[in-house]
Amino acid sequence: MEVKTDSAISIRDLKKTFDGREFVMNGLSLELPRGKITVLIGYSGTGKSVLLKHILGLLKPTSGSIHILGQDITDMNTRELTKLRNSFGMLFQYAALFDDMSALENVIFPLKEHRRELSRAQMIETARARLKESGLDEKHYNKQPSEMSGGMRKRVGLARALALDPAILIYDEPTTGLDPVLTEMVDNLIVSTHNARKGTTSVVVSHDLYAAFRIADYVAMLDSGRVLLHGTPQDFLDSDIDLVKRFVSKGVRKELQVHTDAPEEK
Amino acid sequence: MSQDDIREPSRTRPPGFSAWYFDMRDRFNRSFDGFFLWLARSFRQFIVDIGLIARFGIEGFKLFGTRPFRWNELLIHMEFIGNKSVGIIMMSGLFAGMALAYQIYLGFKIVNATSLVGPTVGMGITRELGPVLTGLIVAARAGGAMTARIGSMRVTEQIDALEVMGVNPLQYLVSPRLVAAVLVMPLLTGIFDFTAMFGCWLICIKLLGMDEAAFFDRTFLWLEPFHINEGLFKAAVFGVFFAVICTYRGFNTKGGAEGVGTATNRGVVLSMVMVIVADFFLTQMINTFYVLFGMTSWK
Repeated sequence: MEVKTDSAISIRDLKKTFDGREFVMNGLSLELPRGKITVLIGYSGTGKSVLLKHILGLLKPTSGSIHILGQDITDMNTRELTKLRNSFGMLFQYAALFDDMSALENVIFPLKEHRRELSRAQMIETARARLKESGLDEKHYNKQPSEMSGGMRKRVGLARALALDPAILIYDEPTTGLDPVLTEMVDNLIVSTHNARKGTTSVVVSHDLYAAFRIADYVAMLDSGRVLLHGTPQDFLDSDIDLVKRFVSKGVRKELQVHTDAPEEK
Repeated sequence: MSQDDIREPSRTRPPGFSAWYFDMRDRFNRSFDGFFLWLARSFRQFIVDIGLIARFGIEGFKLFGTRPFRWNELLIHMEFIGNKSVGIIMMSGLFAGMALAYQIYLGFKIVNATSLVGPTVGMGITRELGPVLTGLIVAARAGGAMTARIGSMRVTEQIDALEVMGVNPLQYLVSPRLVAAVLVMPLLTGIFDFTAMFGCWLICIKLLGMDEAAFFDRTFLWLEPFHINEGLFKAAVFGVFFAVICTYRGFNTKGGAEGVGTATNRGVVLSMVMVIVADFFLTQMINTFYVLFGMTSWK
């Protein structure tokens, strides 16, 4: 099967069933372009998390194919998947920091696992650089996750995701449960991180449409295990699809401002 | 006669029987069927669970031998399961030894055989009570902590984070704990045995005023090294049981804080029951081994 070379992630006709009857992924096809921010949105239970698990190789599709950076991951064994996962950095919904490690140790952890050639001093230096990049004040480096606020934890989570210089950054509902100020901070962080790392592909799973439209180059809306609409934020505002129109309610439309870097066409 | 005729109780009401009687009879039949269905389903689930836990344990032990070796984690967990249990094990051992010595003394006094209190306590402690009580105490203390720790990592997505980072969570979280439990349990049992025998000595010599030379002479005459080894072997097996069960429950925790609580409860309870059940079968197996290889458990 031919795969577009400008796609970081290419999904073709993905089907997934857990019980052999009901399909959670129902022939989903999606191309996520390299170097762009794509936001996946959709109502709860439309398959966003299942799609994410497929992209990360945590679930095997019932049928269809998934290509990550040109490599088909559907038939990869555990060792190959482990190697490929070094290309991913992921910021979890609640950061998922290891609670027995300090902020600095959390960021050092992936380096210890995958950059064994580095000395301890080099690892600390790299971790500190990543924490600085994600905007965490130096005085918090030795704090445990339980001593940090939600925003600080997100910054450490992002620094950990960046530790191995991944080609693909995945954000799983990064603003869920945060107040508007922190939400804006996290959104800005996503955009600034993306801009600082040219060529990095960012995938954001979100419920927050307003935030999604502020940061996205492309938006893909999922429904019943398929892509309902995949296009620029402007395409969404102009869409006549009933479900999309309902999602992008009139009240929200007035508030929406498509950010200026968004491409004109799909 | 069709199936329905067989299942449905007869509606023909013999004279003298009220509608209430038939209603109660039907309800009793349904309850009876329901009970046996529940029993069958529970048994099937139990067998499935045993299979899953066994596979989980085998995989966990196998992964310890794969790179990157987790020596650092092994030491951390040995310290947690072992060092931090020493105090409670010594305390329990001391009092178990004293209580057992006193009870046996009271019994043996009737038949004027108090000189055998030492070896009797020694054999009871080293072969049965030492490994079993150590297994129960460590399963409750360290096993519960293992389930809670791994369970909370599961519900807060830390295990998913490990996987996404390309780290096998089974190898990182489970394997070192399993190996640590197997290595540490015999050591803790040794400490339990020693403190229990010290407790026995305190009661017999210092409290009851028995002859010290006779006490040691009889104990060394009857208590053999293989009695102690038998207990240490059992302890290692109990280590496998509680570590595999508790890490499995933690690894498969579902739900939030409540899920962690439920998993911990189930893990600890099953571990403790399994320690006692396994003790019986191990005793039988070891005695069969003695018979097969010409060793007797009695001198």
